[in-house]
Amino acid sequence: MSKLKILLNGIIAENPTFVLMLGMCPTLGTTGSAVTGMSMGLATMAVLICSNVAISLIKNLVPSKVRIPAYIVVIATFVSVLQLVMQAYMPALNELLGIFIPLIVVNCILLGRAEAFASRNGVVDSCLDGIGIGFGFTLALTILGAVREILGTGRIFGAEIFPETYGSLVFVLAPGAFIALGLLIALFTKIRTRSC
Amino acid sequence: MKSTLVNMVLSLGIITVVAGALLAWVFSMTEGPIKQADLDKQIAAVSAVTPEFNNDPVAEAVDITPEGESTPLKVFPARDAEGKLVGAAVESYSSAGFSGDIKLIYGFDVEGNVTGYEVMSHAETPGLGAKMGDWFKMSEGKRSVIGLNPSATEGGLTVSKDGGQVDAITAATITSRAFLDALNRASRAYSQLKSSEK
Repeated sequence: MSKLKILLNGIIAENPTFVLMLGMCPTLGTTGSAVTGMSMGLATMAVLICSNVAISLIKNLVPSKVRIPAYIVVIATFVSVLQLVMQAYMPALNELLGIFIPLIVVNCILLGRAEAFASRNGVVDSCLDGIGIGFGFTLALTILGAVREILGTGRIFGAEIFPETYGSLVFVLAPGAFIALGLLIALFTKIRTRSC
Repeated sequence: MKSTLVNMVLSLGIITVVAGALLAWVFSMTEGPIKQADLDKQIAAVSAVTPEFNNDPVAEAVDITPEGESTPLKVFPARDAEGKLVGAAVESYSSAGFSGDIKLIYGFDVEGNVTGYEVMSHAETPGLGAKMGDWFKMSEGKRSVIGLNPSATEGGLTVSKDGGQVDAITAATITSRAFLDALNRASRAYSQLKSSEK
């Protein structure tokens, strides 16, 4: 696979949210607004790139029977580092995402990419895969967050488009997350299958 | 790679030791900034909730244990130019929340009316209980606690579902109860401060 193809793979062909449908918990939980969705996506992307690189470096040193615990320790370490750094230098953002930062540890995207890609490919390719998948996840969460924010509150990235009274609160709450996600997946599949 | 007991123990052992060392290093690097960020937040919260003051409430903070409890609360007294008490901010907590303790700072004026509050830390459900940061300041219905006096009500403030004065957050009654639990606790500590000053 060419380098560019690995990069684009995560954004379109294997978009973690719209195609692989992994990591649904943060997808539904943090997309109440475009900003929180994007922050969550970027945080996950940072951990994913680090864990993909680290796992591809150690892949030949880990016996196959203990590879899953080993990968989880690697992922959990990077998540803890991220959380400490966010608490120290971005306390407001850390508060906004709250419990969803430590929950990155159990995000299927990370273990999924470790098992399916990083443990079988070189460091550079794994890094590119991390960037691609991470960017695809960020993009999906930002779009979903923006759609929910605009339908729910009439704002996008906090800027008012139409008055809040015309918004439908359900899109900010949990049921709206499912509805908006379902519609976006349908739309994305339609566009994707037509183009290829 | 083929798995044997020795190489499994060794590889996992090495990975966890390296991970532990990395975490210890990052922790020591971020410990100071995290404390500083917490302190900044505390100072900002105290000045946001208390009536206008002329002293340094953070430097004059006292620990007060409400009667019948074991954990002391931090009370930040606000004084005017003559040193007279005009109100206070009280850092309070509740363990009655939906997940883990919630920590808040409440402000009171000299009569004990609530002047404001700030959420310091919580692990309530995002989108439901996490809304407490704004909810109890909203003017709609009986949501707002601003201007209410918990010490004037027998047993403190309660949610309207329990026959009380305050509307609970939609779908987050437990969080709302915890919020008022922390508020009543803060109010008790403040009453004790007032009676000790007289």
